Amino acid sequence: MQTLRYLLRKEFQQIFRDRFMVAQLLLMPIIQLLLLGNAATFEVKTSRMYVVDRDHSEISRGLVDRMQASRRFVAVGASPSLDLANQWMLQRKTDVILSFPSDFERNIVRTRVGELQLILNAEDGAAAGVTQSYAAQIIAAYANEIGATLTPVSRGGQQIEVRARGWYNPELDYRDYMVPGILVQLVTVVGSLMAAMNIVREKELGTLDQLSVTPLSQSTFMAAKLIPFWIIALVELSLGLIVARFVFHVPMLGSILLVFGAAAVYLIAALGIGLFISTLVDTQQQAMFVTFFIIMIYLLMSGLFTPVRSMPEWAQWMAQLNPVKHFIEIMRAVLLKGATLRDIARPVGILAVFGAVAMTLAVWEYGRKTG
Amino acid sequence: MNRNALRAFVVKEFHHILRDRQTLTILLMMPLVQVILFGYALRSDVKDIRMAIVDPAPDHATLELQSRFVATGRFRIVATSRSTDIIEPLFRSGKADMALIFDADFANNLRGHEPARVLAAIDASDPNTGTTYMNYTRAVILGYQSELSAANRQVRIVTETRMRFNPSLESVNLFVPGLIALVLVLVSALMTAISLSREKERGTMEVLLVSPLRPQQIIVGKVLPYLVLAFANVLTALIAAWAVFHVPFRGSVVLLLLEATLYTLVSLALGVLVAARTTSQRAAMLTAMLATMLPNALLSGMIFPISSMPRWLLPVTYIVPARWFIVIARGIMLKGVGLTILWKETLVLSAMALLLLAAAMRSFKPRME
Repeated sequence: MQTLRYLLRKEFQQIFRDRFMVAQLLLMPIIQLLLLGNAATFEVKTSRMYVVDRDHSEISRGLVDRMQASRRFVAVGASPSLDLANQWMLQRKTDVILSFPSDFERNIVRTRVGELQLILNAEDGAAAGVTQSYAAQIIAAYANEIGATLTPVSRGGQQIEVRARGWYNPELDYRDYMVPGILVQLVTVVGSLMAAMNIVREKELGTLDQLSVTPLSQSTFMAAKLIPFWIIALVELSLGLIVARFVFHVPMLGSILLVFGAAAVYLIAALGIGLFISTLVDTQQQAMFVTFFIIMIYLLMSGLFTPVRSMPEWAQWMAQLNPVKHFIEIMRAVLLKGATLRDIARPVGILAVFGAVAMTLAVWEYGRKTG
Repeated sequence: MNRNALRAFVVKEFHHILRDRQTLTILLMMPLVQVILFGYALRSDVKDIRMAIVDPAPDHATLELQSRFVATGRFRIVATSRSTDIIEPLFRSGKADMALIFDADFANNLRGHEPARVLAAIDASDPNTGTTYMNYTRAVILGYQSELSAANRQVRIVTETRMRFNPSLESVNLFVPGLIALVLVLVSALMTAISLSREKERGTMEVLLVSPLRPQQIIVGKVLPYLVLAFANVLTALIAAWAVFHVPFRGSVVLLLLEATLYTLVSLALGVLVAARTTSQRAAMLTAMLATMLPNALLSGMIFPISSMPRWLLPVTYIVPARWFIVIARGIMLKGVGLTILWKETLVLSAMALLLLAAAMRSFKPRME
């Protein structure tokens, strides 16, 4: 016990001696959270619209006005030439082309069916889909309105009124959703990458061999190497949660204690992975690349950016083996939905099992390599 | 003699890289695995929506509407109940995505004159999918209603929608240019930063300084092998994208490769600069990682559209090299445009390369202090 305390003090001194590292560890995550928390959104604000109006009728102008009044669209150019509009789109000067044929109004009055063309720049994928659904809603509402003015029918029956309510995030603020996820990612980097690097450094410098001839037991050594990063990661999580609360106003419905409890379990899994990697490699460079490779796969497959349930079946199975996915799920459920331990028992259980297995494997592998 | 020394130095660097099989394998496999894995797995479309039904008075009309939802193939009913109590626990444990709540007198109102009310309660903790659920729900109900009221002739505006440059909104077409940008910056910036700072940390930089090599030559020698490696990465990623996912190449492949080389130069210069400014491998690695990995993934428009970001963040994206490269790569691959349209982005990247190289040369001093 006494030895462990001395070792821990040494580790902390070593980490905190490097001022630059401390700044990196504590400041960078906060800066990242501030920048990235704002960047990670699919929300489409205003789309630039180019109008090709060959009709010049009251109805076509009315629709353009209606689109602009929604503030989702702003007309940046207009001409009767579709070629010119296409040119604008190639140069990224417009996101949407709205094109009316010359008989648009006549057809509506005569046949009650008008046709128009909506061309979207799908280069940005996600944005194009959202923009399209906004446009479709405005156009449908406008069609109803024209219908009412053309033939004022009495509202007789067979009307369904749909009201929609988004729970947990009624304003559809993407930041509430992303910030807890980004926090997980930052904690993971400290937990696995930094820990792996720290051990491999001793290997690279040769001090690991020196340690193995001291009366130090293996478990004490490993505990001394891992506990500092466990603590630093938890401190980082607290800092991140403070930023999330006071800068991003992320709702925290659930128990913060539960968040820390889950994080403590999760970090054992993350540290286990870091330790395991450190047994596989010889240099810091290798450690970094292996960790990087693994973290990158874990992150992109975790549901941080794209929903896990949109993935193909096999990828969803793979995601079950991904601790990052479970912890992100826990964070989002507890913070945004106020989930209790009962609700998140399954992911927490998986994390605990994962942590135990990863740690055991790592320690065993470590003993095999050095012993 | 200097030229010979440089050649020998470059050969030595190549040996260093080739000797470390583990790192080399990872470096060569990374782009391939990533393009294939993420090409299959990263999608933002919504397929399987788990719906809970709250129907206080089941009746022909409500059942009919429910079957409409199931018939789309997108919705799956996971629970049915007469009271709203079931929703909260289902949402909290993540077992349902949305609930459809019928009014008690839904069927009566549908036949009468009052509008029949239905409430869609949606788990919007993920606003993106939440919005999609909402849109699909509206579409199903509107379809049902327009069938009901087919008698009274409603005005319809039929919209023909075209998604230009990526008609199927295939995610992989959008991610491949971004993934290439990400992998390139990773290999180039991180590897050079670490390789240079390792010489510093081990003290071998002092050996280099008594050699006849000039500082610029040391940088060239360090950078050249990684330029080759990065180029190999671009090729494998592009071949995987083309052969596995049939990502279109509408423009000039030669131009794309040239632009990729330019972008790699920017990343390499960034790596040298980081190494010159830091003292240890760990510090170099952390700086390089924090400066490249997340900003290039999130501030570049690879996943999240730049037009969605708050205005004050836009200037920050201008200094992210990947932002410009992604515009170029998508322009060439998806739109088939050339330099006449992409000259501005190319100019920005060139300026970045020059500036960073100059800064790296200036701050790189292999002299003893």
